[in-house]
Amino acid sequence: MFEALREGLSEEMERDPKVCVIGEDVGDYGGSYKVTKGFSEKFGSWRVLDTPIAENSFTGMAIGSAMTGLRPVVEGMNMGFLLLAYNQIANNCGMLHYTSGGQFTIPIVIRGPGGVGRQLGAEHSQRLESYFQSVPGLQMVACSTPYNAKGLMKAAIRCENPVILYEHVLLYNLKEKIPDEEYVCCLEEAEMVRPGTEITILTYSRMRYHVTQAAKTLVDRGYDPEIIDIRSLKPFDMYTIGESVRKTHRVLIVEECMRTGGIGASLRSAIMESFWDELDGPIGCLSSQDVPTPYSGPLEELTVVQPHQIVTAVENLCGKK
Amino acid sequence: MAKRMQGIMESIQTLCSGDHGNEGFMQDDEDEEEENGVGRLTSWAELLGFGLAVFSEAIAPQLQCFCDRTLGFAVGQGGSREAWIKAVAMAMSLVRKAVKKGWVGALAPAARVMSQALSTASEPITLDIPVPFKAHKVETPSVTVETSAQELTNFFKTMFIMRRMEIAADSLYKSKFIRGFCHLYDGQEAVCVGMEAALNDKDCIITAYRDHCTHLGRGGSVLEVFAELMGRKDGCSLGKGGSMHMYNKKGGFYGGNGIVGAQTPLGAGLAFAQKYLKVEGVTLAMYGDGAANQGQLFEAMNISALWNLPVIYVCENNHYGMGTAEWRSAKSPEYYKRGDYIPGLKVDGMDCLAVKQAVKYAKEYALQNGPMVLEMDTYRYHGHSMSDPGSTYRTRDEISGVRQERDPIERIRKLLLSNNIATVAELKTMEKEAKKEVEDALSKAKESPSPDSDELFTHVYRKGYGAKAYGADRKEVVVKLP
Repeated sequence: MFEALREGLSEEMERDPKVCVIGEDVGDYGGSYKVTKGFSEKFGSWRVLDTPIAENSFTGMAIGSAMTGLRPVVEGMNMGFLLLAYNQIANNCGMLHYTSGGQFTIPIVIRGPGGVGRQLGAEHSQRLESYFQSVPGLQMVACSTPYNAKGLMKAAIRCENPVILYEHVLLYNLKEKIPDEEYVCCLEEAEMVRPGTEITILTYSRMRYHVTQAAKTLVDRGYDPEIIDIRSLKPFDMYTIGESVRKTHRVLIVEECMRTGGIGASLRSAIMESFWDELDGPIGCLSSQDVPTPYSGPLEELTVVQPHQIVTAVENLCGKK
Repeated sequence: MAKRMQGIMESIQTLCSGDHGNEGFMQDDEDEEEENGVGRLTSWAELLGFGLAVFSEAIAPQLQCFCDRTLGFAVGQGGSREAWIKAVAMAMSLVRKAVKKGWVGALAPAARVMSQALSTASEPITLDIPVPFKAHKVETPSVTVETSAQELTNFFKTMFIMRRMEIAADSLYKSKFIRGFCHLYDGQEAVCVGMEAALNDKDCIITAYRDHCTHLGRGGSVLEVFAELMGRKDGCSLGKGGSMHMYNKKGGFYGGNGIVGAQTPLGAGLAFAQKYLKVEGVTLAMYGDGAANQGQLFEAMNISALWNLPVIYVCENNHYGMGTAEWRSAKSPEYYKRGDYIPGLKVDGMDCLAVKQAVKYAKEYALQNGPMVLEMDTYRYHGHSMSDPGSTYRTRDEISGVRQERDPIERIRKLLLSNNIATVAELKTMEKEAKKEVEDALSKAKESPSPDSDELFTHVYRKGYGAKAYGADRKEVVVKLP
């Protein structure tokens, strides 16, 4: 996947000279997850900028330069570090288009790996989608496969709004064959992973793989789940989700966010508000536990939703077979 | 302005054509009620009789005043050279008549004034800056600054308009037209006016919440400012920004930011973009003595010094961060030195010419060598905001002392008078016009409507790449599928 991201970024940088990359160790080092490897030689040090460790100010700088028309791509070495830039992202990035009465647009992309990795410790396992989801003016997308990683990266760079692209630490080594010709994914559209009839399972990022793994067991047991990777975390693609709910009448959300105030919580209330008549039962939501991620391996596994829990949840919602 | 020029020319025409009637020669008037501001004309007949009978030097001052008035208007209004040369030419024909009638004595002073008038108002005047600069790791700029009559008059007029605007905002706030936070800039006008004299449209300015006058300096109008303060549609941000969020994209003014210090990295970013896009301009990232202790400022200074960005950090030191005096919040209140490896200058921020000189110097420096810090030693008369009386942490004597000794508008007034650029009466007229401009803008802004309720949802997003999505910018919370 990191190669897909690299390809997407590289194509966009070739296409538009105003695209530049700002982040820590993105230049000579090639990026801590190798996404920008080789860029420094190819594009020069003025387009791939190594910053000192000052997230607040370099995010602020990226926003300031975006106000004049540049299209910076800010890399947070780990999404959790961007909490230091929260003021800039929430107050300036999201709001400038509104408070200036439409005079300035901020075509910035903020990307980086987040999510629970392999025993990285509490502070390096942050899931920032829940913190940023209520900032007005931002768009958030989460990529999960090399195909949609490249497509979403390109779409995010071309978008006029500030976009936060959430990648996941454990998905960088995924391999998939992607088309040679140019393609762009739609930022606001969800992806149908597996069509079905019995229950809609909504998920994103790494949990997609836990869900597909659980789906194998479910199919063996006679269930027919419809799996949708929502991709767009803000705004939600209520169109695709709604069509699916209309079909299956049952919903389960599987996410890696915290239970309190997470994406699942917002999605649940959005679906309930719009599609109450279509639902046959309560919307299930499986999220991570509300604890700092422990270091110990088995404990860490317990914080995150595992496939067997998904299977149990589906069985409870649809009835045992 | 054109009407007044017209008025003068018509009066001269009338006089020269010999159609006297009750029109006469101008008098030095204290009469402030004049509509056209030209002054009442005493009876020409009276004067003729007086002059012809006994030629007296008393006529000369009259003529002088008339010529001064013409020149004053021309200079003060920035009227076109053609228009007032025409007026002066007509006045000259009057002088010729006076000479013909034997009023020889009137010629000398008139001629002096004529020659002054005929030279352009932008003839250079050299002045010395009284308070010296203090430098850190750089040479001080020269204390001799070149300016012109037109520039000084513009300084006066612009600052006066800004002062009236802020005072009007004060009373608007008290009568609850403006709500929320209102941070007034009166006392500090010299900083933004002096800066503008040294900048052009390729340069960018970003500042914090005390931005009404900076917005004006960058090309905004008083109407826009008032309408935005009152949250009306005609405001510069369509009423959605408010006092602290004024922006002017065309003029290169990037706000207008509420969070203290957050604008400094944005300013570094603007400078980065200028360097990236190879624009020959600098960015002035303005902040206050309170924000000078923010970490992000030092982060931004570090990056801008590393990458040699053309940014000038301007610290408007009004000595109080809201209620905390500078010696209580900063271990080192010498803000121009706090850039450490970045050179700095301390400037008397109440003197337009000093500010202009320093910014000009810093701009040349920044375009070649990278960032610089300018500390403007200035003062605000109002409290931090309208909710702050401004007298709990400082004495009223201090405020009135600064007002008497260092007020920027009074300083320019003294310069204009002592260099014979304008008379007391002309300055009064300029002030009247400025007051009228502000009042007109105010009444127009009061008539402006509130934004429509649909405007709540506009400008949250720009619809970019995407399908028809039901998103956070929808007005209807419940989604209906087709």
